[in-house]
Amino acid sequence: MNIIVCVKQVIDPEAPPASFKIDAAANKAEMRGVPPVLDPYGEIAVEAALKLKEAGGGKVTVLSLGVNLLREVVKKTLAMGADELILLEDEAYAGGDAYATAAALAAAIQKKGDYNLVLCGREASDTNAGQTGPAIAEILGLPCVTLARRIEAKDDGLRVERVNSEGYDVVVTSLPAVVTVSNEIGQPRYPTIKGIMTAKKIEPLVWKPADIGIAPAEAGASGRKTALRKLFQPVHEGQCEIAAGDTPEEMAANLAVRLREAKVL
Amino acid sequence: MSDFKGVVVYCEIKGDKILPIAAEALGIGRKLADDLGQELAAVIIGGGIAAVAPQSVAQGADKVYVIDTPQLKEYQADAYLAALEKAVNQVKPAIVIMGQTDSGRELAPRLAFRLGAAATLDCVDLAIDADTRRLLQTKPVYGGNAQAVFTAAADPQIVTIRTKAMAALAPDPARKGEVVNLPVEIDAAVIKAKITERVVEEVAGIKLEDAQVVVSGGRGIGGADGFKQLDELARLLKGAVGASRPPCDNNWIADTAQIGLTGKIIAPEVYIAVAISGSSQHMSGCSGSKTIVAINKDKEANIFKQARFGVVGDWKKVLPAFIQKLKDLAAA
Repeated sequence: MNIIVCVKQVIDPEAPPASFKIDAAANKAEMRGVPPVLDPYGEIAVEAALKLKEAGGGKVTVLSLGVNLLREVVKKTLAMGADELILLEDEAYAGGDAYATAAALAAAIQKKGDYNLVLCGREASDTNAGQTGPAIAEILGLPCVTLARRIEAKDDGLRVERVNSEGYDVVVTSLPAVVTVSNEIGQPRYPTIKGIMTAKKIEPLVWKPADIGIAPAEAGASGRKTALRKLFQPVHEGQCEIAAGDTPEEMAANLAVRLREAKVL
Repeated sequence: MSDFKGVVVYCEIKGDKILPIAAEALGIGRKLADDLGQELAAVIIGGGIAAVAPQSVAQGADKVYVIDTPQLKEYQADAYLAALEKAVNQVKPAIVIMGQTDSGRELAPRLAFRLGAAATLDCVDLAIDADTRRLLQTKPVYGGNAQAVFTAAADPQIVTIRTKAMAALAPDPARKGEVVNLPVEIDAAVIKAKITERVVEEVAGIKLEDAQVVVSGGRGIGGADGFKQLDELARLLKGAVGASRPPCDNNWIADTAQIGLTGKIIAPEVYIAVAISGSSQHMSGCSGSKTIVAINKDKEANIFKQARFGVVGDWKKVLPAFIQKLKDLAAA
C-alpha cells in the first residue's frame, strides 16, 4: 500500500506554558527559546503509516507544508522509517488557513499520484482546527474516516476503528481514502541510529506553488477563506486557597474540613 | 449582499431527544438570529423522528426542517452529510451551528468544503460583529494556551460549539414554530465509508459527562494501582474517575476516561485533580468545572492557577488521609 502522510512543523506544545508568548501586533504565537517540533498528531499518523507498511509492504511518502522547515524536524519522519519526503516550502504558502493549506496539499497529492491512502493527524497542536484531513478528502472526492485508533488493510479496502465518546465504531472503506489518526493508536516509534543515518542521505523534494499548479493568489494568506481577527491569552485569576498543615495528612484533613465548610462537598 | 439569511442549528438526536448540546446551540442561535433580526431554524435528521421536532421549537427555533427516512435511522457520515447539504442548499442560512460531537467534528468541515465555505470547530464564543454583521467565531488554539477570533468571508458561516460553553434557553412548551418536512432520497452509493459495527466501551458506574463530582488522575499517579485509590474517593463522593492524557496513553485507565482537548470536555460541580500538572490541553476539558480542587506536590504546577482549593503535597500521603477525614465527617 502506498501511503502519503501529511505532517506539520509546529511550536513545541510540550514546552512550559511560561515560554508561550503572543505577538499581538502580528497575531502570532511563539515558544520563546524553544525550537519547533513535528506536530505530535502528525507523528502518530506517520507511525500508523509505518505499521501498515510493515503489515503489507508499500511505500510511505511524507508531505509537509510550511516556511522555514527545519530539516532536522521534518527529516525525523524519514528517520522513523518513511521512504520519501516532499516539502511544500515557499514564502507564498505562509499564513494560510485550513482551506489554503488543504488545497495545496491536495494539489501535491494529485501531482504525486500512485497512492492508496492519505493519512493526517486528527488535528494540529497549534491551530487545533481538525480540518485538513476532511478538507483533502472533499477536494479530491475521496472517502473520509476521522479519529482512527486502528487501521487494517482488508479485502482491497480498509477496516478502521474510529474513536468516539462511548468506545469506537468500525468503519469499512474502499481505497483510495483519507484517514485521520488519533492518539489512541499508540505512541510513535523513536528513530533508530540506522534510521537517522538513512535519513541523512535522503534529500527532500521541494515543490513551489507553480510546481503543483497553484497560482500565488490561491496560496497561503492570499488563499484564505477565513480571517484571523484576534489572538489572545485568556487571563486566569489565581485565587487558590492552599490547605495549611505540618504534614501531608494534616493538610488533607484540613482540606476535607474546608470543603465541607464551603459546601463544595 | 448574499442571499443567505438566518441561522440554522443542526440538532443531533439520541433516542427520542435532541442532545443537550443541540439545546445549547439553539440557545446561542436564538441570540444570534435576534441580533441579526432574522429567523432561527433547526434541522433534525433520522428515521421515525417526527415527534422530536417540538423539542427544537421549545428550545427557541422558529422553524424545524425534518429529514425523516428509514435510510437515515442509523448514523452514516456520508449519508448525513448528503442530507445536511440538501437542507443547507434549500434553506440558504447565513450561519450553521452544530455541536462539537463525534459526528459534528467530521460533518462540519466536510460540509464547509463541499459548499465552498469555511468552518471553525470547537467554538467557545459566538457573536455578531456590530460593524460587518459577520459571525465572530472564538475558539481555543495552541492546546488551550490561547484563543483566536475568526470571521469567514463566504456564507454559510459554519461552526461547531464546545459542549457546555453556551447556555440553552429554558424550554418553553408554549412556543409556536413551524414544522417543515424535507423529503430527501439518499442514494446508497454516497456511503463510501460505512460504519458496520458500534462498540461501547464505557466504564461501569456514573458517566463522566453526567457526574457531579469527578476525581481525575495525571501522570504523577504512576500506574493502574493508583487509580484504584481515586476510584475509592469517587465512589465515596458518588462521582466518576477521569484522567489526563498520559495515564490513558500508558493504559493505566481506559481511553474513554480521558479529559481534555482530545478527550472528553466536562463541567462538573467539583473536579478533584490529583497529580495533574494542568497542561492547557487538559484544562480545555475541565476548566468549565464549578470548583477545581488540586492535589500536587509541585506548588508551581499550572493547576493551582485555576484551582479554588488545594494541597501542596504527595498524593500518596494526602489522598488516604483525605478519604478518611471525609468518612469521619460524614459519620459525625
